[in-house]
Amino acid sequence: MMGGLFSLHFMVNALEAGTIVAVVAGPMGWFMVLRRQSFAGHTLAVVSFPGAAGAIWLGISPTFGYFAASVATAMVIAAVPRAAIGDRYSEESAVIGIVQAFALACGVLFVGLYGGFLNSLTALLFGTFLGISDWEVRVLLAVAVVVLVALAGMGRPLLFCSIDPAVASARGVPVRLVSGAFLILLGAAAAEASQITGALLVFALLVMPAATAQQLTPRPALGLVLSVVLGVTFAWGGLVVAYFTDYPVGFTVTSIGIVALAGATGGRALAESTRRIRTRPA
Amino acid sequence: MAQAPALSFEKAAVSLGGKTIWSDVTLSVATGEFVAVLGPNGVGKSTLVKAALGLYPLSAGRAVVLGRPPGDAGRDIGYLPQRRSFDPHLRVRGVDIVRLGADGHRFGMGLPVGSRRRAGRRLDRARVEEVIELVGAGDYAGRPIGQVSGGEQQRLLIAQALVRKPALLLLDEPLDSLDLPNQAAVSGLISRICLQQGVTVVMVAHDVNPILSALDSVVYIARGGAVSGKPTEVITSSNLSRLYETPVEVLRTSDGRLVVVGQPEAPAHHYDRHTGLPR
Repeated sequence: MMGGLFSLHFMVNALEAGTIVAVVAGPMGWFMVLRRQSFAGHTLAVVSFPGAAGAIWLGISPTFGYFAASVATAMVIAAVPRAAIGDRYSEESAVIGIVQAFALACGVLFVGLYGGFLNSLTALLFGTFLGISDWEVRVLLAVAVVVLVALAGMGRPLLFCSIDPAVASARGVPVRLVSGAFLILLGAAAAEASQITGALLVFALLVMPAATAQQLTPRPALGLVLSVVLGVTFAWGGLVVAYFTDYPVGFTVTSIGIVALAGATGGRALAESTRRIRTRPA
Repeated sequence: MAQAPALSFEKAAVSLGGKTIWSDVTLSVATGEFVAVLGPNGVGKSTLVKAALGLYPLSAGRAVVLGRPPGDAGRDIGYLPQRRSFDPHLRVRGVDIVRLGADGHRFGMGLPVGSRRRAGRRLDRARVEEVIELVGAGDYAGRPIGQVSGGEQQRLLIAQALVRKPALLLLDEPLDSLDLPNQAAVSGLISRICLQQGVTVVMVAHDVNPILSALDSVVYIARGGAVSGKPTEVITSSNLSRLYETPVEVLRTSDGRLVVVGQPEAPAHHYDRHTGLPR
């Protein structure tokens, strides 16, 4: 039965795309969760919806729309002046909220302008694994390689800025530049994830593997590896279940992620309470 | 004094957002000294530290830090900013936080390829273990930093500041938000580091008493300028009355503690404790 899965070209493409996206979304999500920038990540994914809808309306590939909208928005958010060193994300959330509302409104407009019946609307918002072309898989791969190389190159300064911006900047780390670069990479990662899970469900691959990994280990290197492993597991599990059950892929990936996160959180709470009982003086 | 001072300000002033925080500050900290920066809330003690780091430019006068202009000596300075504490949900180990002091500024893949890289990594790792041992944080360095106590976090951060063997430690209220036993332990640790490691320590403090016996000198800033020198010479009724521009009395208790009486309550201008900017 599983063999049949791999003989279908669209399914092979979906699995390849899912794997690529999960490998990028894992570590990007790990830093996003660490930096408490989930709201920014969500917005960067949401703007990919008007991007894709606008591209369809203009008659070009929605893949371009996804990346252009998310990366451009990341640049806008990164350009918002922040108060002073050490003061984290003060103005950011209001600006991000405004961007998100406007993006959704633009998306609705583009769908309206397109006029005809846009049957991919649900797919744009909630994901699909049908009709991912060979060319799209190659674009996903190319962007993924660029994002991962850039992330690896700035990994340690990024960790420093995320945990302790005041000390990092005193040590000469260009905090503002690193934070801006991270947002742009996050835009690219969110655009990638949107193409599998849809614009509204990117957290299935961007937050759930990362948050689960952080529950499981406080070691940064191990956490990054775990978030990739978990992300690929969620993506494959979700795609296979969606294939056999006909449930939407956004739902299946998200459900697997929820179960894993709940299990990890519960398991850690249990482990900590037993340790506390054991170490309690008699 | 044969050796050049580790830190000196000459008629220095800092203005932020068009507002002068302090001006006409002249002080000198000799190499190897343990110095406290004292003064009322909101007077710009943190600003002094940030000016020494080069994070805020001087609007007048000049400053020399380790023989260089502020900002150029960043790698030889260990810095501990003022803070309350880490987010309790931050799931990163203490040892990783300390390690950032060693390699957190380094861009690049950092793959352990090549023998020099591997050797450098081993050295870093050994040094991280050494400073964790030095501050006595071995028992809890493997736990997520958000889950250890305030005093333990402070020790780990001191370890982080020490990793690269700095010549100068700038500590911004490291005793703030610690209970009394922890205040005594952490201040004891800081003076021991100053003596044994030969590091110059400049520490912003709220209360001079926990560190009084260990100090070489103090810098007292108020809105009327700054005075520096031996603690007992600086913290006097006449000096503080002049600095506060109002009559102030300094009393000495039988066990040697200093009590400042009659100083004005919180100043009329409020500054953000963390940024030093007017609120």
